[in-house]
Amino acid sequence: MERLRRTMMFVPGSNPGMVKDAYIYGSDSIMFDLEDAVALTEKDSARFLVYNAIKTLDYGDKEIVVRINGLDTPYGRDDIEAVVRAGVDVIRLPKTEAREDVIAVDEVIEEVERKIGREIGSTKMMAAIESPLGVLNAYSIATASKRLIGIALGAEDYVTNMKTKRYPDGLELLGARSQIVMAARAAGIYAIDTVYTDVDNEEGFRKEVELIKQLGFDGKSVINPRQIPLVHEIYTPTQDEIQKAIKVVRAAREAEEKGLGVISLNGKMIDKPIVERAERILQLAVASGVYKEGMENEK
Amino acid sequence: MKLIKRAVAGTLESSDIQVIIEPREEACIEIELKSSVEKQFGRQIRRVIRETLEALGVENARVIATDRGALDCTIRARVLCAAYRASGIKGKYDWEVIDKWNA
Amino acid sequence: MKNSIGREIPESVINGLELYQGPFAKNGEVKKAAPKVKPAKPGESKLVSSIEEAIVKCGLRDGMTISFHHHFREGDYILNMVVDAIAKLGIKNLTLASSSLGSVHSPLVKHIKNGVITKITTSGLRGALAEEISRGLMNEPVIIRSHGGRARAIEAGDIKIDLAFLGASSSDEYGNASGARGKAICGSLGYARVDADYADKVVIITDTLVDFPNVPASIPQTKVDYVVRVDEIGNPSGIASGATRFTKNPKELLIAEYASRVIIESGYFKDGFSFQTGSGGSALAVSRFLRNEMIKQGITASFALGGITKPMVEMLEEGLIKNLFDVQSFDLVAADSISRNERHHEIDASFYANPHNRGCIANNLDVVILSALEIDTDFNINVMTGSDGVMRGASGGHCDTAAGAKLTVIVAPLIRGRIPTVVDSVNTVITPGETIDVLVTDHGIAVNPRRTDLIERFMNVSIPVYTIEQLKERAESIVGKPDPIEYEDQVVGIVEYRDGTIIDVVRKVK
Repeated sequence: MERLRRTMMFVPGSNPGMVKDAYIYGSDSIMFDLEDAVALTEKDSARFLVYNAIKTLDYGDKEIVVRINGLDTPYGRDDIEAVVRAGVDVIRLPKTEAREDVIAVDEVIEEVERKIGREIGSTKMMAAIESPLGVLNAYSIATASKRLIGIALGAEDYVTNMKTKRYPDGLELLGARSQIVMAARAAGIYAIDTVYTDVDNEEGFRKEVELIKQLGFDGKSVINPRQIPLVHEIYTPTQDEIQKAIKVVRAAREAEEKGLGVISLNGKMIDKPIVERAERILQLAVASGVYKEGMENEK
Repeated sequence: MKLIKRAVAGTLESSDIQVIIEPREEACIEIELKSSVEKQFGRQIRRVIRETLEALGVENARVIATDRGALDCTIRARVLCAAYRASGIKGKYDWEVIDKWNA
Repeated sequence: MKNSIGREIPESVINGLELYQGPFAKNGEVKKAAPKVKPAKPGESKLVSSIEEAIVKCGLRDGMTISFHHHFREGDYILNMVVDAIAKLGIKNLTLASSSLGSVHSPLVKHIKNGVITKITTSGLRGALAEEISRGLMNEPVIIRSHGGRARAIEAGDIKIDLAFLGASSSDEYGNASGARGKAICGSLGYARVDADYADKVVIITDTLVDFPNVPASIPQTKVDYVVRVDEIGNPSGIASGATRFTKNPKELLIAEYASRVIIESGYFKDGFSFQTGSGGSALAVSRFLRNEMIKQGITASFALGGITKPMVEMLEEGLIKNLFDVQSFDLVAADSISRNERHHEIDASFYANPHNRGCIANNLDVVILSALEIDTDFNINVMTGSDGVMRGASGGHCDTAAGAKLTVIVAPLIRGRIPTVVDSVNTVITPGETIDVLVTDHGIAVNPRRTDLIERFMNVSIPVYTIEQLKERAESIVGKPDPIEYEDQVVGIVEYRDGTIIDVVRKVK
């Protein structure tokens, strides 16, 4: 089954209390931040903290992501060395503007993997795109390394560069979001949306999550655990959707068993994309706990 | 590792430990610990501080630690950081050493 | 000797008392004690000019028992004023039978040292007083009683109150006393009402004397010997906070969400159900989640019980809860609601939780949500001693409502700082595990194996379900195994179960 990345929770890498508890909130991924959330004077202490936490604590099946400082800072190299050694799942690059940024990090990762005997390529990457140039280069970035599992939009810098700000309807981000989803889909990787910072505005947050789901994003970065259930709720298929999906998947399996090239349900032909969508709905349903894996096989 | 100055890492927040390390003349690690969980974990906290410093090859240090319920991994991280700061090393850490005892 | 849950009780403290044998093992007929009453003739004034005068007129002597209520919480001035006055009069060797004691009562340390107070029974102990007692300040162990257990002990004559000093937010000169009206209001006077019923002498102390008749009265004139006016009964902000607010702490909210799902799926969540929540962050937040689900499913609660808070009052006013039974009002909104809302009922501690009357309302509870400092793998609960073995909590209505309710849910984080909540054996048992049904933590839930019905129900709910041993191991894998607290042999506290049997003792910390 493909991994779900509906929610990626930001956790300041400098805060031991939050680093310790991060996994109880049920986000699909946890992102320890060594970059913007950490003061320049604490880059070293946060790095040691995240290193020791990943190495020691049991985060269960959560995907562990670390946002490192860029290689153009004095911290980027040490960040990579530390977290690759700690066994991080994914390294997130901030402020990616071009494929060269990805390649440069890829090379440092490989160097460390080689040094410590970790399987080459086992450390994954994702790239955050936070500028107009990055957005324009989205596809080129998304295909820059085999390590890449996704690209993410970082909206705060982007809107500033665009000489605008964030509006409740999100229209200012429509172009960037569309471009990033398209690039991700074309490259066959995940698309993760930006954070929503007004934690107390549940209604605004709900609207934004509904919008990005409609656009095709796989999930969203979240900055407060309270946002997690809402994203998961919106990404949870309804019973109606599940029931329809079960019928489609069953019909597809039957056709396969009988060796039929054409799938039909209630006398109508079903295309492959519809089957894929149905499978994705069941996956989401399982992950959301509203459906038990394999129930579509029971009769 | 040779300590050349007094250094501090960590905070007084809950779940953290503030570690002050300073070089001392005699070859011995001296630990002064104040902890909110002294009765239950004082012994373990002292052990982790000592082991971390020994692994780094620090032999003469005075440690003043104020613990607010930090986990072992946090204690290690703070001691590591304070020790590196006290030794004046910035970046270029000896990750081989750090990795080995922390496996 | 060991009691039925395996706690070692030294012979020296048993002293004729019985050992705990089970939540309803001691259930025979009881005979109620009765107070002595000095009749009041027409024309006699009850108003006296000072606390000293009241003490003298009541005939307080060495060796007697005095009582107070804790409705003024950390804002209370009454207890310290009265004990100071008693000390000045040279009276010694008294038993203090407060419904509870807080940090504000630390001056008692001095009065214990100078021999004014030599015995204490209370629900709770906090602050310097608790620290000193835990370190062996008193020769006689403190007796820790639950709210229901205290009411039982008073009715049975186990606690014989000679003189009750009862603070009231307002009173008339003839002793009709109210907690809901006055300069500093506390709402219900539920704990004090038992004292007023059974003490030989009752003194009302107020800072707000009002015209006769001060009705409706929490304590009526028929129970009152004297009335004293003082400048201030307490610090209003310490007596009741403005309004209890819902937590924004994500961990507390997570626990509350899990707990609400447990309740909703338990089978008890249906039209006409009843519940009690505490005022702690998670427990209180549960009511918010329940409220949303009640609206969604179109069901209402027949009553809510306990310490009452603003959110409960709101649900009453929205029609989601039909009745509030209030033994203690936790905030000003609740305190004020008693006079405003006809269906907000002030109840006394015996009605609330006494196991030996003809049926307390805790027996009618479907669901109670309670907190815990520690819980062990037998589901025994400690809400009294901190992880360092020092007393800093209160028995409260914990064991009472756990025994009464059909579903008892404990909410607690798995770990506080570095201290695990789930342990092999709690420092002090207040509530026996056989009365606990579900533990809800931020890491998942554990169901008491006795409740196979619930285990089955929760199989298909999307909450992580573990055994309690698994939760304990999980906590240990994160924080390490704590060294056990070292105690000396001296017993500093005896924990009475609500039925009057000994469930545990608290020993002096090394």
